[in-house]
Amino acid sequence: MSIAPEHLRDLIPEVIGVLVRRGADFASAEDAVQEALVQLLTATDGPRDAKGWLVTVAWRKFLDATRSESARRARELRQETEPEPGPVSGTDETLQLYFLCAHPSLTPTSAVALTLRAVGGLTTRQIAEAYLVPESTMAQRISRAKRTISEHRLDEPGDVGVVLRVLYLVFNEGYSGDVDLAAEAIRLTRRLAAGVDEPEVHGLLALMLLHHARRAARTTPDGALVPLAEQDRSRWDTSRIAEGVAVLQAALARDRLGEYQAQAAVAALHADALDAAETDWPQIVEWYDELAALTDSPVVRLNRAVAVGEADGALAGLAALAQVDPTTPRHTAAAAYLHEKAGDRTTAARLYADAARAATNQAEVNHLTRQAARLNWSPSA
Amino acid sequence: MAKYLLLKHYRGNPRPVNDVPMDEWTPEEFQAHCTYMDDFADRLRESGEYVGGAALSPEGTFVRYDGEGKPPVTDGPFAETKDLIAGWMVIDVDSYDRALALAGELSAAPGADGKPIHEWLELRPFLGNPPTITE
Repeated sequence: MSIAPEHLRDLIPEVIGVLVRRGADFASAEDAVQEALVQLLTATDGPRDAKGWLVTVAWRKFLDATRSESARRARELRQETEPEPGPVSGTDETLQLYFLCAHPSLTPTSAVALTLRAVGGLTTRQIAEAYLVPESTMAQRISRAKRTISEHRLDEPGDVGVVLRVLYLVFNEGYSGDVDLAAEAIRLTRRLAAGVDEPEVHGLLALMLLHHARRAARTTPDGALVPLAEQDRSRWDTSRIAEGVAVLQAALARDRLGEYQAQAAVAALHADALDAAETDWPQIVEWYDELAALTDSPVVRLNRAVAVGEADGALAGLAALAQVDPTTPRHTAAAAYLHEKAGDRTTAARLYADAARAATNQAEVNHLTRQAARLNWSPSA
Repeated sequence: MAKYLLLKHYRGNPRPVNDVPMDEWTPEEFQAHCTYMDDFADRLRESGEYVGGAALSPEGTFVRYDGEGKPPVTDGPFAETKDLIAGWMVIDVDSYDRALALAGELSAAPGADGKPIHEWLELRPFLGNPPTITE
């Protein structure tokens, strides 16, 4: 097989689009293309024209499936109640598929699973492994998602914001299973950015690239978290940073600011500092002000309070933190950090221990427990 | 998406509303209870929210390391152990509210007189992976 799987997966939404244009319903088209893809991936000799081959084989599989008696009845019924699909231009098909898979009638969980399969071309097994659930559970989730959107047509206008939210969720899932969800999210966002003239799509792409650039420095080999200030910045991926900054600057030049662009601007300012002490905290605070105006999220105001602590001192940071809802995730951890910075190590140790009990993942529990232990074992250092 | 462990206790939880021990139910009541539990798991499989589950025997043994070259020490079961797990189920759901709703549904499994047991189930969130974006 001479064709890279990534390249093949790029073709999946296009091939699904061709089948739907020929009259297949989305759910059956998606199944047929998956079967064809699996056949191609296990073939010893790859065809010269992979897309043409996939269209031919997937269409044949679709016809085989619909020729069964029950499926035929369902199709006849559907053709009575549905008008003929209108013309869909080739370049829009992939975009329409993004919209359909992120349809607002789907739960976030279902939209993520369907996007990874129909747009990303991942197999159900791969998606199940990435999210640590049994394959049968993921298969059910995907088939239910298809049923949910079955009354919606591929050419309905969609909302880019909803698509971006799904891609953000995939990226933010972290790095758990064999499938690299962060890399997959970047691939899908990059393709979306190639077809959509919307600054926030580029803002999200920049945000992902800038965070992905720090990946190697984020954890020790045994999986412990390394805070931003302590990361070995020589291990940051400079080519990803350069691309992220360029994508962000082009988006900002359009003068239609959105939350992903503002988040990417914060990440770019961190990327710009050769060491933690050089970080331009006053400008980061300004970007958090922009972000707070755009979203009014307590998480943003929490991050802003930490940035204020760096820009104007720990007491100013604690004053800003006092304005944030104390039930916001990581509030206690931020308070611990600022109290230590203000010189109150006893309070900081207690808060770090409290924060460890409230953390929602093992790496953060371990990190916060280590911080508490560090302060408890050298209280006067 | 978040995973939760639903824990059913033999003891260690507050007493249920319909507090008749299982061995005093009629065979029909017992069968109705089992059917309810199976149906519940099947619905979760069908909705794509089921991860796993099992019932546990009340008999268990405590085991610990006893030093280099020595076999592990075993002891128990201890009569004074307050908490005894009867079974577990892991679900993968969109929200905490959904997990609460499912636990409530499971707690309504029928017991004596075919009435809901109203038993106390324990709901424990899994520790997940750290998110990519935290700042």
